[in-house]
Amino acid sequence: MDFYRSQVLVCGGTGCTSSGSAKLIERFEAQIAEKGLDKEVKVVRTGCFGLCEAGPVVIIYPEGTFYSRVKEEDVDEIVGEHLLKGRKVQRLVYVDHKTHESSVQKSLNEVGFYKQQMRVALRNCGVIDPENIDEYIAFDGYQALAKALTEMTPEQVIDEVLKSGLRGRGGAGFPTGKKWQFARASQAEHKYFVCNADEGDPGAFMDRSLLEGDPHAILEAMAIGGYAIGADEGWIYVRAEYPIAVKRLEKAIEQAHEYGLLGKNIFGTDFSFDIHIRLGAGAFVCGEETALMASIEGKRGEPRPKPPFPAVKGLFESPTNINNVETLGNIPQIILKGADWFRSIGTERSTGTKVFALGGKINNTGLVEIPMGTPLRTIIEDIGGGIPNGKKFKAVQTGGPSGGCIPASLLDIPVEYDTLTSVGAMMGSGGMIVLDEDNCMVDIARFFLDFTVDESCGKCTPCRIGTRRMLEILERIVNGKGEEGDIEKLENLAENIKNSALCGLGQTAPNPVLSTIKFFRDEYEAHIREKRCPAHHCQALLNYEITDACRGCTLCARNCPVNAISGTVKQKHVIDTTKCIKCGQCMTNCKFNAIIKN
Amino acid sequence: MKSLADLQAIRQKTLESINMRKDENAARVVIGMATCGIAAGARPVMLAFMDEIKNRNLQHVTVSQTGCIGMCRYEPMVDVILPGQEKVTYVKVNPDMVGRIVTEHIVNGNPVQEYTIGAAEG
Repeated sequence: MDFYRSQVLVCGGTGCTSSGSAKLIERFEAQIAEKGLDKEVKVVRTGCFGLCEAGPVVIIYPEGTFYSRVKEEDVDEIVGEHLLKGRKVQRLVYVDHKTHESSVQKSLNEVGFYKQQMRVALRNCGVIDPENIDEYIAFDGYQALAKALTEMTPEQVIDEVLKSGLRGRGGAGFPTGKKWQFARASQAEHKYFVCNADEGDPGAFMDRSLLEGDPHAILEAMAIGGYAIGADEGWIYVRAEYPIAVKRLEKAIEQAHEYGLLGKNIFGTDFSFDIHIRLGAGAFVCGEETALMASIEGKRGEPRPKPPFPAVKGLFESPTNINNVETLGNIPQIILKGADWFRSIGTERSTGTKVFALGGKINNTGLVEIPMGTPLRTIIEDIGGGIPNGKKFKAVQTGGPSGGCIPASLLDIPVEYDTLTSVGAMMGSGGMIVLDEDNCMVDIARFFLDFTVDESCGKCTPCRIGTRRMLEILERIVNGKGEEGDIEKLENLAENIKNSALCGLGQTAPNPVLSTIKFFRDEYEAHIREKRCPAHHCQALLNYEITDACRGCTLCARNCPVNAISGTVKQKHVIDTTKCIKCGQCMTNCKFNAIIKN
Repeated sequence: MKSLADLQAIRQKTLESINMRKDENAARVVIGMATCGIAAGARPVMLAFMDEIKNRNLQHVTVSQTGCIGMCRYEPMVDVILPGQEKVTYVKVNPDMVGRIVTEHIVNGNPVQEYTIGAAEG
């Protein structure tokens, strides 16, 4: 292999690809060739670096210079200055949001966003070329599989995972080792090992990034799991709307076959394992394991009652184990470094790390991985860089449509399975949506319920009809038609749905409503009793008013699309609330801040 | 692939190309590549370093560039920094000198005194 003095790592995750990183790579390659540096400098397309906010991201080694928001036209300058002459292009170097420190003199790990993170599942994302199996192997790839197959019995593998304390990262937090034990205990000729990559929470993209950035880690983990439970076939159920992830998985499977790391008699043992990919059409319910298996079998993606559990009767009627992508991402490391190492990270009952997709009203939108037990405040303020535009933090929504909101007063709780559940939220798969003072909590609940109503498969009545009734009540409330007793009705319906729905989707659908009622009951009451939205968000409840600050410039009247504003020049204007459609045009156009909404 | 040894072979083969992305302590060769450096012939020197590192299959060595430090009369200048040690600056380096610097200094840890700035200034 040739020696390259410098490597240009360009993020090829979905985030950076959509902001143009593919073009950057072409331009880099062309420019580097033009300057005759192609024997010295190598361009590598990697997976997600996590700091999607600053994308497209380019890192140049050996200096470790971190360039953010690189545009195609910046490439010539980077090549001419940095690669040819060794001068960093200062204006493109990433600057920390919070400290305003430029990362010119610092290594990447000292930047605020990365400093408090710990990368276990994402360790290779943004570091290796995911389409090159050799790079994965160079970063200790497939060593864990070799160790498991040649030095450990299946029972020892399961034991190690059990001891590590690893719990399912898909949301429910079931101990992974236990799951494997159940599947191992089932006697059958054929068993299956399934990877659940049907990531569907709004705003969550942990699994996508892992598949895109380190596909071989998932394949390796599946082979280890297959060996442990006695399966000879694996399935990855991944959404068709993750085209980059699918392409890299396909390529990875092909490469692993070429090297004999998948297929017959792996490492000369009598263990054989093969992996297939099944594309999902994007139904949220297919993330539920029984619905997922039905979908793989080519049937309609609907859940069925449990038991029988998949470990007894799963895919194609055979014993099956299903794990989430991120759960699997931890497996090779656990086998390689041991359960004790994994236990040393995180807390007693929540070991290891967790990946979160930070989104909403936060400065550093992106992907973060933190040790379990890290206070929520650290994630929001230090890693996330706080709330933009000087607004006040209100709550953080975790667990997506199945989770709940955590208010500012609980910001110091540690992030671990049981603590989050105890405050009415949940770990979930890792979506973390930050809300500020402008977000209406009733409307947030309505948004998530709207999602679950849409995604309910319709098989069971509580979910199909119950969630719709709840949504109707919420829509009434945000439209100013809420009635006394609505909150109690919501609570009542929620309890009934939780107790009677067939699968996890229905059982958890009321959570966003319950948790917002629990912490923000006053907002519900303001909507219902005073017909007022405290966050000034719900359009139907807003009233625009002109204050004495009005100078009579007539700008508002001229911009009003329905002629609801009257008044003469240099006199205070008045809004006719019966005509007003609450579009907010007057407020946007007023030069004297004389229009308020309440 | 039939054994752990096969896997190790692939690992070794790729290691050197990815080592620079790890946060490990590597020996650093820094070459002055400002206009003065390039004019004095820094590029052939840099290429000679890269060749030598490749031929000797050295790992944990990075080659990078830097700008002008103001002593243009001594260009091409090369800094060699071994982990945990003071940097050693070589001056008026030409490709023929590279072999000795790599062998004696980077591999064996003994700076080539007569090429250093100390010798030139003295």
